[in-house]
Amino acid sequence: MLRRRLNRLCGGDEERVDSRTIYVGHRPCPDTEAFIPSKFCDNRIVSSKYTVWNFLPKNLFEQFRRIANFYFLIIFLVQVIVDTPTSPVTSGLPLFFVITVTAIKQGYEDWLRHKADKEVNKYPVTVLEDGRSVKKESEKIKVGDVVEVVEDETFPCDLILLQSSREDGTCFVTTASLDGESNHKTHYTVPDIEKDLQTLTSAIECEQPQPDLYKFVGRMHIYKLEQEPVVRSLGPENLLLKGATLKNTKKIYGVSVYTGMETKMALNYQGKSQKRSAVEKSINAFLLVYLSILISKAVVCTTLKYVWQSKEGQDEPWYNQKTQKEKDTNMYLKMFTDFLSFMVLFNFIIPVSMYVTVEMQKFLGSFFITWDKDFFDPEIQEGALVNTSDLNEELGQVEYVFTDKTGTLTQNNMEFIECCIDGFQYRYRDTQSEVDGFTVTDGPVNKLQQKAGWEKEELFLRALCLCHTVQVKEAGSEVLVDQVDGIDGLLSQPEEERGFIASSPDEIALVKGAMKYGFTFLGLESKSMKIKNRQNDIEEYKLLHVLNFDPVRRRMSVIVQTKSGETLLFCKGADSSIFPRVRPEEVDRIRMHVERNATEGYRTLCVAYKQLSAEEYAMADTGLREARLALQDREEKLMAMYNQVEMGMSLIGATAVEDRLQEEAAETMEALQGAGMKVWVLTGDKMETAKSTCYACRLFQRGTELLELTVRTLEDEKLNSDQKLHELLQEYHNKAVKDAPPVKAGVTRSWSTANQDYGFIIDGATLSLLMNPPHDADASQYKSLFLQICQNCTAVLCCRMAPLQKAQIVKMVKNSQGSPITLSIGDGANDVSMILEAHVGIGIKGKEGRQAVRNSDYAIPKLKHLKKLLLAHGHLYYVRIAHLVQYFFYKNLCFILPQFLYQFFCGYSQQPLYDAAYLTMYNICFTSMPILAYSLLEQHISIEILLHNAALYREIANNAMLRWRPFLYWTVLGIFQGLMFFFGVRFLFSNPALQDNGQVFGNWSYGTIVFTVLVFTVTLKLALDTRHWTWINHFVIWGSLAFYVFFSFFWGGIIWPFLKQQRLYFVFANVLSSVSAWLVIIILILLSLLPEILLVVLRKPRGHHSQQKKQSQSNVGGNQSSQSSARPLLMRTFSDESNSVM
Amino acid sequence: MMASSYSAKEEDGHHSGSAGLGGTAIRTRKPDNTAFKQQRLPAWQPILTAGTVLPAFFIIGLIFIPIGIGLFVTSNNIKEFEIDYTGTDMSSPCFNCSQSFSWNSTTPCRCVLFFSLDQPFESNVFMYYGLSNFYQNHRRYVKSRDDSQLNGDERSLKEPSKECEPYRTNENKPIAPCGAIANSMFNDTLDLFYIDPNGTQTQIPFIKKGIAWWTDKHVKFRNPSSSNPNLTAVFIDTAKPVNWRKPVYELDTDPENNGFINEDFIVWMRTAALPTFRKLYRIIQKKNNMTPTLPRGNYSLEVTYNYPVRSFEGRKRMILSTISWMGGKNPFLGIAYITVGSICFFLGVVLLFIHHKYGNRNNSSDIPN
Repeated sequence: MLRRRLNRLCGGDEERVDSRTIYVGHRPCPDTEAFIPSKFCDNRIVSSKYTVWNFLPKNLFEQFRRIANFYFLIIFLVQVIVDTPTSPVTSGLPLFFVITVTAIKQGYEDWLRHKADKEVNKYPVTVLEDGRSVKKESEKIKVGDVVEVVEDETFPCDLILLQSSREDGTCFVTTASLDGESNHKTHYTVPDIEKDLQTLTSAIECEQPQPDLYKFVGRMHIYKLEQEPVVRSLGPENLLLKGATLKNTKKIYGVSVYTGMETKMALNYQGKSQKRSAVEKSINAFLLVYLSILISKAVVCTTLKYVWQSKEGQDEPWYNQKTQKEKDTNMYLKMFTDFLSFMVLFNFIIPVSMYVTVEMQKFLGSFFITWDKDFFDPEIQEGALVNTSDLNEELGQVEYVFTDKTGTLTQNNMEFIECCIDGFQYRYRDTQSEVDGFTVTDGPVNKLQQKAGWEKEELFLRALCLCHTVQVKEAGSEVLVDQVDGIDGLLSQPEEERGFIASSPDEIALVKGAMKYGFTFLGLESKSMKIKNRQNDIEEYKLLHVLNFDPVRRRMSVIVQTKSGETLLFCKGADSSIFPRVRPEEVDRIRMHVERNATEGYRTLCVAYKQLSAEEYAMADTGLREARLALQDREEKLMAMYNQVEMGMSLIGATAVEDRLQEEAAETMEALQGAGMKVWVLTGDKMETAKSTCYACRLFQRGTELLELTVRTLEDEKLNSDQKLHELLQEYHNKAVKDAPPVKAGVTRSWSTANQDYGFIIDGATLSLLMNPPHDADASQYKSLFLQICQNCTAVLCCRMAPLQKAQIVKMVKNSQGSPITLSIGDGANDVSMILEAHVGIGIKGKEGRQAVRNSDYAIPKLKHLKKLLLAHGHLYYVRIAHLVQYFFYKNLCFILPQFLYQFFCGYSQQPLYDAAYLTMYNICFTSMPILAYSLLEQHISIEILLHNAALYREIANNAMLRWRPFLYWTVLGIFQGLMFFFGVRFLFSNPALQDNGQVFGNWSYGTIVFTVLVFTVTLKLALDTRHWTWINHFVIWGSLAFYVFFSFFWGGIIWPFLKQQRLYFVFANVLSSVSAWLVIIILILLSLLPEILLVVLRKPRGHHSQQKKQSQSNVGGNQSSQSSARPLLMRTFSDESNSVM
Repeated sequence: MMASSYSAKEEDGHHSGSAGLGGTAIRTRKPDNTAFKQQRLPAWQPILTAGTVLPAFFIIGLIFIPIGIGLFVTSNNIKEFEIDYTGTDMSSPCFNCSQSFSWNSTTPCRCVLFFSLDQPFESNVFMYYGLSNFYQNHRRYVKSRDDSQLNGDERSLKEPSKECEPYRTNENKPIAPCGAIANSMFNDTLDLFYIDPNGTQTQIPFIKKGIAWWTDKHVKFRNPSSSNPNLTAVFIDTAKPVNWRKPVYELDTDPENNGFINEDFIVWMRTAALPTFRKLYRIIQKKNNMTPTLPRGNYSLEVTYNYPVRSFEGRKRMILSTISWMGGKNPFLGIAYITVGSICFFLGVVLLFIHHKYGNRNNSSDIPN
């Protein structure tokens, strides 16, 4: 879809070239012979579907592509053309209604899209043109324009950074809305660019647009007067993506390289395709069954008609001559029109009204989600939002939940929880109120009875303050001055607290943590770090080296020099990477704390230090410098050097940082898993971070064995990564799939049994290797292995995912065997693709903009609301609509079956059994309201119980109520009742003298009796199924029966001037004056419902009892456990702690 | 398709402006806390259990069986006599008539059938004619009428509905009453004679009113311009139905039973539900309490054979029947009620058994279905 659009927008010739050349500011470059302004697409975003001109034909075409609409159109046309037993109005009117309403709805939605497009496309931007800043509309930006962006603005297109207001030629950017990483990323200007952008003459060669956010390759030719052109390479660090936001930089200039639909952001979004629910698929399947029933009925009748007619004197007895026209009609044409007439006669078996009712149910039903006050979040003053009502029932069918991490599971708000110095635990007491570090300087450190030595404490805190790559965000006027121009007024935010910028949020947490204990990091100024210590003295350290963090070493170090000339190395890192490098006796004291913290879901880091003698430092210094300058194998050499330097350290302590979970995140996840859903965490974040979140959410538990499939595990000396991947996959497969005891169906997680739980971890790079292995033949094998492993894991974590990869995973699972129903939940723009891909997309009304919400099917304020949305609303909606669908098919089957049977008694002449009014009104008035009310109000199990027993969700898993078995049951029931109705009355009419005055009944009385039995039976059947009788149910059920009676009297009570035939004149009244008719109606209703009652009675005790039992269980035992698990993790550890202190 | 791509900008634009608190104006969109919106409407939650249904089954059984027996007895007490006079057999007295039938014959063919009643018919006796294999419910036939013409509409009289084709006009005159139904009106005349043991035949008096629905006779069917008593004049410009021997205004001499409101005609116009049907022909009123309406003995049925059924293998019957409160003789209802009642009773017993047997265990464990 997108491709096509791109082609159209950008012209096909572009596709063939693999690079594009951009002239900065549209100035021709000396090198190029001829300046050909290439055609690129403009910066316009088009998301709308229709224009004013093509709306009507396109919309009609799309609507009639729906099989049901097309079918009704055909029926309508047949009725118009052929002489049929019913008038074309009966099917034309509802069809017209449905089409019109849908068209209006879609037109309105498209109008909204037009409006939104316009808003974005008209957004004012500043473009540098001929030395002047010109305000332009965003859509007018062309490739090659130099665009000015100020702080906190988003980039209107993909830009190459040319100039930044910061001195060092950097700018900070947050890509939260793109990939969910809310930290600040540093981007660099292209070196050697003149200050004056007006005279800059250069050409950029870069690759054609591609969706990978982290890849960009290009070259920039900079032409200077009378000089050789300079060529600079461009990488992703020079590219500012559309959608990202400029932070902490007053102003930048950039040249646009990709615009509009070609930006990486746009390429990362897929088309929002129409989602269809599993129920709709079931409906279509049933529809086909009924269609074949319908056709076979028509074929049978047509055949029999001609067999019957072939007998002498039957076709045209003297009393019933054909008209001249009929006689003239060709025999085969007659057969065909007869067939069509039968089709029309029986077409009520597939009612238009079902579609209307289903649509109404969905539309009205979705209001209950919006109205639910449990979804109301006082913080943002909003409740849930329903964007698509088509998928209500799908909420009750979810098998896989794909959740984003940042902002969804976690609040993306790191917090320093505790530390452990030399084996003694320190916990910051005042966590509830987020007081900034300045005020609480005399830490609780002193209050704890047991504590480490003063020196150790200070050392530890200094280490925290020094060992990081955090930058202080300049606040107010005090700091580094940007001299580009005077917009610094914007920056003076009323912020007392120091803002920190770091590549990882936990570094900030640590620095802030140290701040709480009295050590404040003041900033890095020309290679010297300033610290304010507890005595409010400023300490200064010279930063000698930073040994950067990398995921393989999993640690980072700094080498600093104190004022006194000591050289110190501080190192912090994961326990596994620190412990082997320190003295073992120190480890034992701390390990316990670290492990406890880790299992509680905190991120732990160990801090170590070492004093370097002058010689050691000299060695390290030269070694590091050499390694950095090495041209070959730089990485390896650096690594070796790092390892060499970070040896023989002594451990000072450990820290625990909490990535604050969303409210009730763990409980929600537990409930989802209890409901039989598999939870996958898809995040763009680092593996360590994500893993600890999984622990905190209890997706992984202490006993969970983790199967890792990441870049790290794939590293192997002997094998290349592909072979290793194969090996690991096999190994994990053996572990998780083959050796695992067969799990009972439906039970995905069993805490009680000794079964080993497995958790699976995969990262983006490995995933792409897995999806596109070098040997194509392996692809499907890998995929199936992967899926099998994942299916046997309780939780799966996918980290380092690009947005499209998230969608890929969702798609893979979606298309796997059994095509499970998937749900994606996320809050950021990076989740949009997976939200769109999954069957159900849930957006969280988070802080990261509204993208996810807008593209989602449902939006909720908080993750915790997912539980009620799925377990209560989803369950109920599913049950309601499933019942609605089955009931509709059923009631129309027993409606039409007597009419079909009647053909055997009326010479296959398409004589309708019921009057036209009854035929039309049956589905519209007599039987539609009760089922609509049922499908809106039914609660076969109360909401509280549904929320309490997540396991109840499993009862409806796998489309349980719309499988073929229940369908067959309903169909058999319909057939049975249809037979009852027809033959019951047929036997009664073996003597049509049914009145006590000897008068006889005719065919319309026959039909009316059958119809009366039908309406009552079908309505009472629904009454039997209703478990939740509100006054509305009472009103509608008894009301529609009363209405039927009333209508029948009314319809038969008047000679209607507009009717050609007064068929029903006083028929109903006469029927009711006959005792026999009463008796037969009563007994037929009873007999038809008898099997149903019997089944209900025989089946009910079980459900009832188990329900009661569950209830009592949860009252006795469950209460406590659920409560304890309901408490947020933080609170628990906290209060436990305070108890022990007391 | 891509409603997504733009909004980062837009949103962040908002954010920088009015950071936090859900963007724009602080409208409290807190949902109303009403029972309906929160799906907490008070509800009756009936649960059908063996305990509640058991008594119902017994009650139904106890009610239905007596009703069924009552119905069955009533039906059995109804006297019914049926005689087929089609004349397909060589031995049948009407054989000749049925063979030599022609539409053009001016002299009506008569035949006489003799039969005897073993039991006297005590109450009012209703005389029906029955036709078999006659598809009055054929679609082409059912719709071939013009109800507004029959309702006395002058315009329809002159310009009958197209539905009446091919019985709409004859020799450029509109047919009244038009349509296939009217055209094929049953026109055999049946007369019943009681043969005394001494051989004298007395004709049984018939009543020909009250055989059609009251509403049909008085509302639905009306002669055109009812003010004009002279029906001949009213129907002057119309043709009689092609198969009729006499025009509609000569159906009866009684002006209250002539024209469209002739009851025989109205009865015929109510199309039967099934191809085998009976229609009320005449009523034999009970004279007094002393003598039965039809004493046992021999009778003769004199048929004026006008109605051909041989061409479509139809049959013609004459039925004499008494009527009870439930209508004519029909054992079906009685049997049905007895059966259903018994089934309910039986099910009640079975359920009681199950309930009793498994009910005790209910408290400890689930019922195995």
